[in-house]
Amino acid sequence: MIKVTIYEDWCKGCGLCVRACPKGVLALSTSHLNKKGYYPAEVVNQDACIACTACARTCPDVAIEIEK
Amino acid sequence: MVAEVIEELGIREKTAGIAPVGCAVFAYNYFDIDMYEAAHGRAPAVATGYKRVQPDHYIFTYQGDGDLASIGTAEIVQAAHRGEKITTIFINNAIYGMTGGQMAPTTLVGQKTTTSPLGRDKEHCGEPIRMAEMLATISGSAFIARCALNTTPNLIKTKQAIKKAFETQIARKGFSMVEILSPCPTNWGKSPAEAMDWIGEAMIPYYPLGVFKEV
Repeated sequence: MIKVTIYEDWCKGCGLCVRACPKGVLALSTSHLNKKGYYPAEVVNQDACIACTACARTCPDVAIEIEK
Repeated sequence: MVAEVIEELGIREKTAGIAPVGCAVFAYNYFDIDMYEAAHGRAPAVATGYKRVQPDHYIFTYQGDGDLASIGTAEIVQAAHRGEKITTIFINNAIYGMTGGQMAPTTLVGQKTTTSPLGRDKEHCGEPIRMAEMLATISGSAFIARCALNTTPNLIKTKQAIKKAFETQIARKGFSMVEILSPCPTNWGKSPAEAMDWIGEAMIPYYPLGVFKEV
């Protein structure tokens, strides 16, 4: 079971993880703001994740954790 | 990535970082190790002193391009020349970031900055300086590489190079440096994704990636 956790208050909504993901697992929120006032990344398609960790490697704020 | 490498090598208790002026100055917020601040450009000089007093400790400097390639050129060249057993992480984003986006020696020809609003003029300012190639010609350097952060494969290669640089220091082979082509979306006036694309389209053609020296 692969689990993607996003520490949303660390996120600044740059969208690089969304761009890095080959499977469309992530998207930036369009409705919900985090504590910093950004639209954070969120998991929209958990089942498609292959745990390649591209998003976690790309995130400049180390806000993504992958467990498998 | 630097912190990951320090942890993987198990050298956290014996590692210290030196951050000079620039965006790098905030590094102490991100590393749970001893961090020192140096005057602008002088990190290699401070690192030299630390390493010579504590030769069994591992020292890295974290420097931007305005810092390393302009203000601190003398320090970095001489530290490499002496073969100081330190590791330098050189963040090249082709601009002075912290001070507001001025032209740096690494700014590309034609690139617009606050001090080159019409784009860098080759006749007036010369061409951008390639530090990795320059330092690779010096006999005291042991590992010199250039990497980029624009794609996932390049991110993986960057981490490998940082690890290699620290291993070079641990083996006391000489000076090691990893130049990392990094985005500065704020001062480039681009979105984070556009900035990553610009590294691939504009920077890498002028700053080729690879390992320039390994002994």
